[in-house]
Amino acid sequence: MAESPFASPYIPNTDDDRRAMLAAVGAASIEELFEDIPAQFRHPELRLPAPLSEMELRAEMTRLAEANFSAGNHPSFLGAGVYNHFCPAVVGPLVTRGEFLTSYTPYQPEVSQGTLQGTYEFQTLTAQLFGMEVSNAGMYDGASSLAEAGLMACRVTKRARIAIVDTVNPHYADAVRAYARPQAIEVYEIAESETELQAETACVIAQYPNFFGYVEDLQRLSGMAHAAGALFCLSCDPTAMAMLKPPGAYGADIATGEGQALGVPMSFGGPYVGIFTCRQEYVRQMPGRIVGRTVDTQGRTGYVLTLQPREQHIRRENATSNICTSTALIGLWAAIYTALMGKRGLRQVAELCYQKAHYAAARIAEIPGYGLPKSGTFFQEFVVTCPKPPTVINVALEADGIIAGLDVSDAIPNGMLVCVTEVNTKEQIDNLVAALERAGQS
Amino acid sequence: MTQQQLTQEAHERRRVLMERSRPGRTGAALPASDVPQQLMPDASLLRNDLELPEVTEGEVVRYFTHLSQLNFSVDTNFYPLGSCTMKYNPRVNEAMAALPGFATAHPQQPERQMQGSLELIHRLQGYLTEVTGLAAVSLTPLAGAHGELAGVLTIRAALEARGQGQRRKMLIPDTAHGTNPASAAMAGFDVVSVPSDANGNISIDALRAEADDGLAGVMFTQPTTLGLFDRNAIEMCRIVHDAGGLVYGDGANMNALLGRVKLGDLGFDVVHMNLHKTFSTPHGGGGPGSGPICVTDELAPYLPGPVVVKRDGGAGNEYASEMPERTIGRMGGYQGNFGVLVRAFTYITLLGGEGMLNISANAVLNANYLLARLRPLFELPFDRLVMHEVVFSAKKRQGASALDVSKRLLDLGFHAPTMYFPLVVAEALMIEPTETESKETLDAFIETLEQIDAEAAADGDFLHGAPYNTPVSRLDEARAARQPQLRWRG
Repeated sequence: MAESPFASPYIPNTDDDRRAMLAAVGAASIEELFEDIPAQFRHPELRLPAPLSEMELRAEMTRLAEANFSAGNHPSFLGAGVYNHFCPAVVGPLVTRGEFLTSYTPYQPEVSQGTLQGTYEFQTLTAQLFGMEVSNAGMYDGASSLAEAGLMACRVTKRARIAIVDTVNPHYADAVRAYARPQAIEVYEIAESETELQAETACVIAQYPNFFGYVEDLQRLSGMAHAAGALFCLSCDPTAMAMLKPPGAYGADIATGEGQALGVPMSFGGPYVGIFTCRQEYVRQMPGRIVGRTVDTQGRTGYVLTLQPREQHIRRENATSNICTSTALIGLWAAIYTALMGKRGLRQVAELCYQKAHYAAARIAEIPGYGLPKSGTFFQEFVVTCPKPPTVINVALEADGIIAGLDVSDAIPNGMLVCVTEVNTKEQIDNLVAALERAGQS
Repeated sequence: MTQQQLTQEAHERRRVLMERSRPGRTGAALPASDVPQQLMPDASLLRNDLELPEVTEGEVVRYFTHLSQLNFSVDTNFYPLGSCTMKYNPRVNEAMAALPGFATAHPQQPERQMQGSLELIHRLQGYLTEVTGLAAVSLTPLAGAHGELAGVLTIRAALEARGQGQRRKMLIPDTAHGTNPASAAMAGFDVVSVPSDANGNISIDALRAEADDGLAGVMFTQPTTLGLFDRNAIEMCRIVHDAGGLVYGDGANMNALLGRVKLGDLGFDVVHMNLHKTFSTPHGGGGPGSGPICVTDELAPYLPGPVVVKRDGGAGNEYASEMPERTIGRMGGYQGNFGVLVRAFTYITLLGGEGMLNISANAVLNANYLLARLRPLFELPFDRLVMHEVVFSAKKRQGASALDVSKRLLDLGFHAPTMYFPLVVAEALMIEPTETESKETLDAFIETLEQIDAEAAADGDFLHGAPYNTPVSRLDEARAARQPQLRWRG
């Protein structure tokens, strides 16, 4: 009974409780409960720091958080798949209500209607935003969502080759390869202008707008895929889809996306939510959770997890995916954000991004030594060529308190991928232009 | 109000967003553009068919608040869902993850701008390798099953590097979570199920029979989903290693082992942990999670990236992120679910090493207390001390199935245990109390199960109709699957 060393605010058992419970169990000590663990391995030294109080913890965490140079207090022109958008203050408090925050996957639908109906809203809103027939309950993130789209296309077509356009986010392309390789699925790159697919190609994967911010000839890519009996998979930015023709209008069979853009904090890379939508006819090949509407024994509307025979807890090694815990809460965040923005607001956000990005591009193009190497329609991101390596420009901008665009000089000499969203004011853009000019000269 | 009016009101309150939408309403005010008007793209590229709700902020708040109230949660109810470790989730975790320096950090910023985040990741890497007794770790997997996939891919890469790429057989006990075989299949392995022996341990004889030069390894949950510390695990590791295979440890049930044993010491080569179970990050109704994997020195070069390393160098530039030398690649876009990592780091920092021991002590005591007190009500397939959870078989003598007992518990304010899992126990009820529940709560839960037992004895049909008091009664799942309605349609 020696063990009650430390008063945790999260553990209610008192010494008296422990004594009474051990008596009920018929054990003399807590130590006895662990006797199945062979003695030579039991109670190894555990070198972890001593406990901290909440006050001490906050000081330490604040030090760490403030050691970051973040978009919270510095204008940022960095995007590349993760976007700094405005989010109304009301979203956080709703999403973090304990009833949403601390519930499990809704295995008992009678006491999980909140989570289930919230997810149904997510499925409705993402399907409408993407102009697609159905959506699942969400995947881990945009990258894994696209990777699962590739696998699903192989299941649907019973082929084992994926063509990926070389303007897809390189991290996403890495994830597609990492998922494909163990299943002996070959992934090959094609240029946007490619006109011939290899035999037995299951799908063409493209990004919309592409990694460099531009809109490609999706009608042509879609036609090429379908002519070869392949599916057309598009990874889409949800903000842009409020303004640009959605993937469904281009005949996409599977459309995925990074839901982070729907007001979710950037949070150094996660948690986010992967959007996954497809044609109704392929729904039984979809990975992940799906919520469906039904009725209870009294005819009242209710929601349940459905089409579960696709899933790992039923089909084990024959499941469409191994996914279990996903990112329901972030899906709820995205759904509430989308509902608040609504039909007009989200379009307005998209147009503000577009307007400001085009203003910024035009101003930067006027700076001596800078240029816009790509032509075509872009949304909120564009590539700038700098007079010096972007790493050098980045350091200079940081000294001016600005987070610069992404260094893409491995793809475009001295290229920087600049992103402008609705949160960037004209003053910030003008300051960026002045800072780039100084950095280019010095 | 009459029953019909009440039903009508409940229906009204649950109308979906598109049914609430009225042209002209909005839930957000955005600024006008402050830049000169730019030329819009060609009309052929634009859409005019965007259908999204038009609702006010107040309506959104009332609607989602109402929806939240239809949920059971750890914050509102005892939630003894086995294998899910539904412990209390400290609110300070949320506050720390929301610190602006973390929440507004972009994952692609240069390392020198992100030293705070990278230091946190580096320290958490150290804590998790210490807890598991393994050499290296990647925090990038985004959930438990994602960690499993990353872990078995790492095994595959290591076998290939040994020139043993032909090894494709992955042994998985019949008690395993469904994610194990699904992950192994995604990684290109052939799954072979291994039975349990009479004591609930993995069958050593069955294991030996499969230990040949086709053996890639075993995926093993310790403690098992029966809530047992598998005493054959050490022998299992030796047999698999001798045959040239590797051992994957599913750490979903790590809560029982904190500070009690290190899986690396037992011979496990890869272990994933569910930070959303053991380390108190909230489950969120189905995520986000985080599934870091810890590995031996041999497997470290194959870990998914990036991982964070500490370099000698100037202050303010010590932490760097890099891809392991022969990495299996990226499992997601960036550094894992960083916001979840912050929460787990917060929890470990608050409780320290002493707190870890306190967790396992009370989690295991609570489970054994339920075992002792509930033994008269249910069959116990394996009668021995348990770790974090206990698996009973619902007694058939009253005609009440595990489903009936579970549904009636909902009526009486308790979330149901995990039911019908593990598959090796008929009518399984898998109960995990966690360390954050009090004896009073456990006693109330026990009394409720006794009441349900009495109800079943008094009226055989009563439980089949449960639940009676929840927002909806049993739902027609067959209809949902037969005629899928997966979104609102006007």
